[in-house]
Amino acid sequence: MSDVREFNTRPAGSPGAESPLAWSFQRQGTPPREAKPGVTLREKAFLGHLVLRGGAIVLDEAVRETLGLALPARPNALVQDASGERSIQWLAPDEWLVIVPGGEEFALESQLRQALGQAHFSIVNVSGGQTVLTLRGENAREVLMKSTPYDIHPQAFPVGKGVSTVFAKATVVLRRPAEDTWELVIRRSFADYCYRWLLDAAAEYGVIVER
Amino acid sequence: MFHIYCPYCEEHREEEEFHPKGQAHIQRPEDPEACSDEAWGDYLFFRDNPRGVHHELWVHAVGCRKFFNITRHTVSYEILETYKMGEQPTITAQNLPGKDKQSGVQAASGGWQTVGARPESEALNDASNQGARV
Amino acid sequence: MSQVNRLSQGGRIDRSHQLHFTFNGKPYVGYAGDTLASALLANGVDIVNRSFKYSRPRGIVAAGAEEPNAVVQLGASEAAQVPNVRATQQALYEGLTARSTNGWPNVQRDLMGMVGKLGGTFMPPGFYYKTFMAPASLWMTYEKYIRKGAGLGRSPAEPDPDIYDHLNQHCDVLVIGAGPAGLAAARTAARSGARVILCDEQETMGGSLLGSRERIDEAPAAKWVDRVLDELGSRDNVTLLPRTTANGYHDHNFVTLHERRTEHLADSAPTFGSRRQVRSRLHRVRARQVVLATGAHERPLVYANNDVPGNLLAGAVSTYIRRYGVVPGRKLVLSATNDHAYRAALDWHEAGREVVAIVDARANPKGDLVAKAQSLGIRIITQSAVIEAKGAERVSGARVAKIDAKLFSVIGKVEELACDTLASSGGYSPVIHLASHTGTRPTWRDDILGFVPGEVKGLTPAGGAHGIYALNDVIRDGAEAGVRATQAAGIDADTDTPALPKVAARQDGEACALYQVPHEKQTMRAPKQFVDLQNDVTAAGIELATREGFESIEHVKRYTAMGFGTDQGKLGNINGMAIAARCLKRSIPEVGTTVFRPNYTPVTFGAIVGRHCRDLFDPERYTALHQWHVEHGAEFEDVGQWKRPWYFPRTVNGKQESMHEAVARECLAVREGVGILDASTLGKIDIQGPDAREFLGRVYTNKWAKLAPGRVRYGLMCKDDGMLMDDGTTSCLGENHFLMTTTTGGAAGVLEWLELWHQTEWPELQVYFNSVTDHWATMTVTGPDARKLLAEVTDIDLDKEQFKFMDWREGTVAGVPARVFRISFTGELAFEINVQANYAMHVWKTLFEHGKKYDLTPYGTETMHVLRAEKGLIIVDQDTDGSVTPEDLGMQWAIGYDKPFSWIGKRALSRPDTRRTDRKQFVGLKPKDPKVVLEEGAQIVFDPKQSIPMVMVGHVTSSYYSPSLGHGFALAVVKGGHERMGDTVYLPMADGMVHEAEIVSPVFVDPKGERQHV
Repeated sequence: MSDVREFNTRPAGSPGAESPLAWSFQRQGTPPREAKPGVTLREKAFLGHLVLRGGAIVLDEAVRETLGLALPARPNALVQDASGERSIQWLAPDEWLVIVPGGEEFALESQLRQALGQAHFSIVNVSGGQTVLTLRGENAREVLMKSTPYDIHPQAFPVGKGVSTVFAKATVVLRRPAEDTWELVIRRSFADYCYRWLLDAAAEYGVIVER
Repeated sequence: MFHIYCPYCEEHREEEEFHPKGQAHIQRPEDPEACSDEAWGDYLFFRDNPRGVHHELWVHAVGCRKFFNITRHTVSYEILETYKMGEQPTITAQNLPGKDKQSGVQAASGGWQTVGARPESEALNDASNQGARV
Repeated sequence: MSQVNRLSQGGRIDRSHQLHFTFNGKPYVGYAGDTLASALLANGVDIVNRSFKYSRPRGIVAAGAEEPNAVVQLGASEAAQVPNVRATQQALYEGLTARSTNGWPNVQRDLMGMVGKLGGTFMPPGFYYKTFMAPASLWMTYEKYIRKGAGLGRSPAEPDPDIYDHLNQHCDVLVIGAGPAGLAAARTAARSGARVILCDEQETMGGSLLGSRERIDEAPAAKWVDRVLDELGSRDNVTLLPRTTANGYHDHNFVTLHERRTEHLADSAPTFGSRRQVRSRLHRVRARQVVLATGAHERPLVYANNDVPGNLLAGAVSTYIRRYGVVPGRKLVLSATNDHAYRAALDWHEAGREVVAIVDARANPKGDLVAKAQSLGIRIITQSAVIEAKGAERVSGARVAKIDAKLFSVIGKVEELACDTLASSGGYSPVIHLASHTGTRPTWRDDILGFVPGEVKGLTPAGGAHGIYALNDVIRDGAEAGVRATQAAGIDADTDTPALPKVAARQDGEACALYQVPHEKQTMRAPKQFVDLQNDVTAAGIELATREGFESIEHVKRYTAMGFGTDQGKLGNINGMAIAARCLKRSIPEVGTTVFRPNYTPVTFGAIVGRHCRDLFDPERYTALHQWHVEHGAEFEDVGQWKRPWYFPRTVNGKQESMHEAVARECLAVREGVGILDASTLGKIDIQGPDAREFLGRVYTNKWAKLAPGRVRYGLMCKDDGMLMDDGTTSCLGENHFLMTTTTGGAAGVLEWLELWHQTEWPELQVYFNSVTDHWATMTVTGPDARKLLAEVTDIDLDKEQFKFMDWREGTVAGVPARVFRISFTGELAFEINVQANYAMHVWKTLFEHGKKYDLTPYGTETMHVLRAEKGLIIVDQDTDGSVTPEDLGMQWAIGYDKPFSWIGKRALSRPDTRRTDRKQFVGLKPKDPKVVLEEGAQIVFDPKQSIPMVMVGHVTSSYYSPSLGHGFALAVVKGGHERMGDTVYLPMADGMVHEAEIVSPVFVDPKGERQHV
């Protein structure tokens, strides 16, 4: 839609960027290394996050054209490209979350706008507003059970699923991109709380944070 | 803690993910300026509070952010159905008794907090009497 | 004292593993496998408490959750104190330290015994209502005295070192109770592949089978338990939760389970390496189906002095003998109404101790167990009951007589039997507590003389929980319940009745109904016959209540306090109802039952709180600049969940500024130089779509039709009742693209509000709303030097003709793409810089590098408040409260009366109430005394000399000291205030002082608004 003001919020040079967890890492530090951690945490910072709104049929075509991925039409579905670096997740019947490697988001937004032309849709860049945490390890499931009321049993939460739900007293977009990996998309302002919660909940199993 | 089926996410979610927004099917008058003060006051302030079947507006606040309707029994707290915005309920106070039997829905005879103190009026316990106000 | 009552063999205890413990300061020894109760009985401890009201000595009565007396305080150290622990449910561990909770100064020599004597008249039923009606002010005194005497346990005075948590569980079938019914149900459900959780409140799963004399598959029943548990444990679709009590059954099959993970090991949870274990855990279970296999509680008979230590439940006697190898006495008299109770006498006899007699209320008992007792030569006295126990601190005898239960009278001569233990059984009450939590009404069944659960959707009762007691029937019923629940959960299960183990069927004679045993004297004159041991409610008390006109069982309950203890009347309720029914000449179902509430047994606060405590009590939301604020000594203010810098105190000459000093300095910096505020917490909503502009026109009071790209406008948002709900600026980014800002606290609510109207009323409008609050960081640079500073770091043309007040421009700031908005909340020249939050710290620091020469001053919310109030700018929900219209605020300039669409709130502005001229209106107040800073919330009156209660005409909404003006000033709402400019109003304070103030315009600084345009 030409009457929308596009704006690339990522600077061309490289002024110091700080992820939503920068302060937490500095203040909390990371827990000491454990020989056999039950849980491993890692932040995937500075990715490109776009929220796509619009009709599924219209968006699907544009997304195939630009990203080479089919728009997941089923509720709570997550699709990724072969590398696993680009993904689209169903958030609502007219809303999807696209995550791509940092720096790709503005070009993608422009291409999508091009492809969508005069259709009614919206694309919102939220890259500064959220970050991705991955959770791995044999006790990852227990830690999630302590944190979210959503059923994360493999029967109820297979690979390729993603939901928006409650996380402790905050919210989270929870996804399962691979058999042994959970991704938590958390809001910037809640990131420190979520991080402290995760460390506390995982302490009983031993937890390390990969940096 | 309700377990609520979101008609958009197509699955049950915990109550924590939702916000209740009051009585469903309250329509803003088409032409407010043409409304009498009384009619406008009715729209603003007056709501049903039935003992029995109630249609409520909820929003899946932590999920898909969509508004939808719940038909809920205010005594048993059973959610009889949920349906999308723009749709009409298939279960209402008028047609409940039939449905009731089919789906094992408890009639509103329970919930009398003071058992042994005999209810002053059986009618209070009779959900089908609530139809008139809906 | 040695373990005088311990048998040399038998039971499920490990005699090679001694455990030392203390009770009321005295050391004892027990064995691994004991409960605190079984160890106390083994050691011959008779008195475990003093009773609540009468201070009578009390001993252990039961062997499980229903125990009313042996409620103890646990913990060796102060931090480890736990009140309200039932000794019958507490596993013994090395070093366990327990105390009685009742009895002052101790249970043996009780000073309250004096009061106990008094107590009979001192605390009749309805005692609280009668005695403490007046004066209300004395209740605190009464309560302190009662509590000291009664003792209800106490919480620790030191922080709890343990950790607790919650675990969210989901399953197809939740089986509550791992006795024969629960095990059978869990096994069938598990074999179908369903996700099964089996929980049981005891240390070991198996329930009644752990102390049973019956055989399954021609082996002791406990062997079958082991086999089933092995099978369940080997399946990964099954979660076994021993030591886990299902405490609450909530809506839609949401069940809370309290798992005690380490409470059987030590006072405090152990640490493995550096990993501290969770002491107890609350499982929040969402179950498709629940199998209620909670069994039944035995009912004691109500006879005179039935509370003297040595009076036990028949089943408890069996359990202590068979499971713990403890015989709690030497000479037993059993008073029973049913065959099952005979086990107590048989077990006692087999333990080698004397059974004086079995007193059976039935005329002609017959059944396998009766025959067995007869064959052992045990004396059976029929059609009789124990009508009174003798003894004070321990039973010394039983008075036995022939009775007519129907006529409620003693019909024969009384015989006195010497004994030290009296076991009684009046039948069994299904444990229906959990089903009751859902609100369902229990149903009385005459054939089992008990209430069974009413119908609950998604619930299948099994075994004793709905009155099925014979073991072979219980196992079959459990297995079938497992099948039904599995199918109801939608699992495609084998519908054949599962293969059942072989259990020899036992012939039991019919039981008879007996609750209160008649005495030669009338109930009111007979020695006390206790119904509720924990709350000291007697049969006479219930009779008195009915005589005083209480007919509803709920009223009787409240009047007598029956069932109000921590045991929720597990033993006494049915007997109480039966007595009420007798007095009211009604049947039990006519009288009805009281219902139960969560929790089934007490839950520690730790488990309820989980890890939502200390630093994790509530989320703290941080902006991207939080670290800088912390490092620069900011004091923080909570705004919703956000931590916002409140002010930045400097250290001057080694002394830290007070808030007043810091705020004065920050205010002057903004008015005279340049200040900077982290405004990132403001809500930000991205709005796109061809109908975005139309939508804005409908939700805001003012006009949006002509706002051009590059321009910003302030808007007011009302609810449809015409009352202000939020405000903020909205910028036109493109013809179909807007950025709305909301108040910090209103962000989520406003977004939901926009969606509500879009989704429910105007779905035809093409527009999308998305939150970008966290994406953007917002820095407000404001003050006369703002332009000079910003010009050093931006490529945006800041010329005042090119970039006017209420314009926005894009470019870079400190090399970072930025949108800069020329809006002002201070009244000064101001630029709000928005950059992607990941780069905010870089921009902020760069501004400070360049800001040094301008003495760039960071300021917080307090200074922001003063500066905006000096300009008469409102803060929604501080200066408004949901009853204030834009007109009340004097903001007619922001109301588009002639917009074509009847926007939200418009119609309400012409209702008679909103048209009143005496509405509270927004004004400024200038205190007559310049030193006075009025109290926020202070009430305003027109006439200070009127009598109290005065007519209040408004209140102060914001009040500060203005460093620029040099005096205090306030914002307020006053009735008809807009027409009262120059009037004097009065503010009477709590201390008697009356302040005087003049009503003035709310704009105190730069009334023409020139400074923000420079």
